[in-house]
Amino acid sequence: MHKKHYEQLQESIYAETLPNGLKVFLQPKPEMAKTYAIFSTNYGSVDQTFVPLDGKEKITVPEGIAHFLEHKLFEKEDRDVFQDFTKQGASANAFTSFTQTAYLFSATSHIEENVTTLLDFVQDPYFSDKSVEKEKGIIAQEIRMYDDQPDWRSFFGTIQSLFQSHPVRIDIAGTVESIQEITKEDLYTCYNTFYHPSNMTLFVTGNIDEEKMIELIRTNQDSKKFAPPAKIERFFPEEPETVAEKKKQVRMPVSVSKCMVGIKENTDYASPEAYLKQELLTDMVLDYYFSKSGVYYEELYKNDLIDDSFGFETSLEKNFGFSIIGGNTKEPDRFADTVKGMLQRMKDHTVSEAEMERMKKKTIGQMLRAMNSLEFVSNRFIQYHLAGVDLFDIVPAIEKLTAADANDFLKEWFNEDRLAVCQILPQEA
Amino acid sequence: MKIAGEKIITGKGATLHLIPTKKYKTISIAVKLQAPLERETITARALLPYVLQQGTANLSDARALRLKLDDLYGAILSISGTKKGEKHIITLRLDVANENYLSDRTPLFERAVDLLREILFEPKAENGAFTESIVSRETQTLKQKMVALKDDKMSYANMRLIDEMCKSEPYSLHVHGYEEELGDMDGSKLYGFYEKMLKQDKMDIYILGDVDSELAEKAVQPFLERDISPLEERAASVHRAPADVQEVIETQDVQQAKLHLGYRTNIRYDDPDYAALQVFNGLFGGFPSSKLFRNVREKHSLAYYAASRFESHKGLLFVFSGIDPKDYQKAKEIIDAQLASMQAGEFEGTEVEEVKDLIVSQILETIDNPAGHIETLYQQVMGNKNITIEQMLDSIKQVTTEDVLQVAKKVQLDTVYLLTNKEAEKNA
Repeated sequence: MHKKHYEQLQESIYAETLPNGLKVFLQPKPEMAKTYAIFSTNYGSVDQTFVPLDGKEKITVPEGIAHFLEHKLFEKEDRDVFQDFTKQGASANAFTSFTQTAYLFSATSHIEENVTTLLDFVQDPYFSDKSVEKEKGIIAQEIRMYDDQPDWRSFFGTIQSLFQSHPVRIDIAGTVESIQEITKEDLYTCYNTFYHPSNMTLFVTGNIDEEKMIELIRTNQDSKKFAPPAKIERFFPEEPETVAEKKKQVRMPVSVSKCMVGIKENTDYASPEAYLKQELLTDMVLDYYFSKSGVYYEELYKNDLIDDSFGFETSLEKNFGFSIIGGNTKEPDRFADTVKGMLQRMKDHTVSEAEMERMKKKTIGQMLRAMNSLEFVSNRFIQYHLAGVDLFDIVPAIEKLTAADANDFLKEWFNEDRLAVCQILPQEA
Repeated sequence: MKIAGEKIITGKGATLHLIPTKKYKTISIAVKLQAPLERETITARALLPYVLQQGTANLSDARALRLKLDDLYGAILSISGTKKGEKHIITLRLDVANENYLSDRTPLFERAVDLLREILFEPKAENGAFTESIVSRETQTLKQKMVALKDDKMSYANMRLIDEMCKSEPYSLHVHGYEEELGDMDGSKLYGFYEKMLKQDKMDIYILGDVDSELAEKAVQPFLERDISPLEERAASVHRAPADVQEVIETQDVQQAKLHLGYRTNIRYDDPDYAALQVFNGLFGGFPSSKLFRNVREKHSLAYYAASRFESHKGLLFVFSGIDPKDYQKAKEIIDAQLASMQAGEFEGTEVEEVKDLIVSQILETIDNPAGHIETLYQQVMGNKNITIEQMLDSIKQVTTEDVLQVAKKVQLDTVYLLTNKEAEKNA
């Protein structure tokens, strides 16, 4: 087990890759009452087309299957795993994102039993025709719930207007129709391909003893048999530079309209360092102009184009990335035009050294605040690790950035062809 | 792990609660202003949190204030209004980095407290009035918030349930206020409400993090020395469930129906059976292992979520579920059956023990988060009951199966609220 200490942040991480390929990270935090563990596979809703383990031909699976699989792993032949965690005082959960499926628990007692349960239930699937059918009703209600949420519809609508062929445009849960096609055989195919330990990461943080914990994990994994690790072949269609739809309008029964401006981000990073730099600069630049201390925020607010639901976000992954700016607005068209104009103007702006210093301070302070949360640290650590970046190296990486970096970024960032608008509008009378 | 203790210092104008802990890389400061929940003040108190963020005597506008926060290593400011029981609370929070984790060790805490003081006591105002343009712009934002609430169906159904269930009680007042009262709001009127808040509200200050107690106490002196003429405490109103359950069905163009039920427990934070109520809720609908989740979702596949939550200061309990509109009667019957089953004592001693462990763990996990820890302690101020976290945990551990049964028998259904679509209503 390899220890890495981060002096300034006063944190230590212990890392080990087991013989079966599973990557394990431990972060002891004895001052905390709780322990949080997350067992994550590098498999999400975008992994739609691949060559199955032991297969030769590539296949495309029904939309929403990664999420469906996540639900079904909790159900075993004789019991529901949620109840096992409950009996051990833990609260368990799971989530599926575009690129990740993760299973997790938090607890303040019976930590060893709970870690064992987490490893065992994820590594022992049981799917039956009956239980697959039963789940369709529950997931259909989950999809319907999201269908009624204007925030989700505008987020997803923006992604769909940005991407022409990349599977990020597919709803994570699929559709009520697409999930009907899912069979128990499909679930096993996906499971066998993507849940091999070599495609997975375990992160445990909180009130733990790292030596005892790694011993428990080693013993648990040594007692199980897995196929030898194999490289997973995944296929992604070529995504053009241009967007799918410059302007998308969704009608639904809302009282207040919404407008989002989306930007399809460039993803040809030369190295993990370049990836991190691009991510940090995108975040910092958006924050600089569009957070409450930004000039553009002030302008939008004074012109009555936004309210306190306004926000922005960036998500950069290996083969897709996007930024979204927007919220509720009374004038969706004027909002879209104004933000577009602002993005164009940014090319000619320059950030001064003093402004850059302030941006860096803000980013560092907020990173420290986020690190109070065990969930944040574990989830982000795994996400960054897959991109080749160490979460705890971020503060020094921010400290290194200069105003020149920000200004070079601003010159290149915006490209009209990569921009799309999505509006949620009230239904026509 | 050791639970951080709370040191309380009572000043003339406020009570200071110090929670020294090295768990976090930040220091959290929260100022709580408590007033009775009243129709006359609720709209102004909903608007004040917005206006107070628009500048101070020294910081000319909202952006200047935000730049100041950025300079304090991205200190996070939030000001918001909430209701708890029949009280309205305005909370000002400021989280600031602990400089021990920065390469630049310039102290931030005292500057942060001073900024918070300035925001609260020296807002941007002239001749006893807030700036008109600010008041009118923030009124717009608040109005839009009231309207947009309708688009979040879960919150909307919740609000409508309470509207109907607590019609004649202050608890039904909307936390965002009322549009009709914004019409004649202006800078001087709002300033009057602000002065009333400063003069009359009960103030509590929390400081949580790795800070020296003496330094903290000194920093908040201006808060502790505030002039105050507090209001008389008003007794909470008591309401029983009606003899006939009230059923309210409304329609909108929704894909999923929201079935929300309101119950009376009349058990409050300082009641001896409050701990048993928590255990009751855990068995009934508080966890994925609870009766509601197991039956409504897992057994009958009727919903993605089905859960219960209790309100601590008024004695209410709510059940929430999102269902297919055609399943209303069936879902309602299953929910009713779960309460009946609780009241018939259909739960095992082992389940009670499991739920107690889960609740203890939930409390411990809540205090692993700065805001969670502060809220947990503030519950005690609200409920007039001062106990340590350890005592709180002990009270849960002592709950017996019989205690839970007694609580179950006190739970009475008051109102059923259904938000559904037109097609389903025809068949209801």
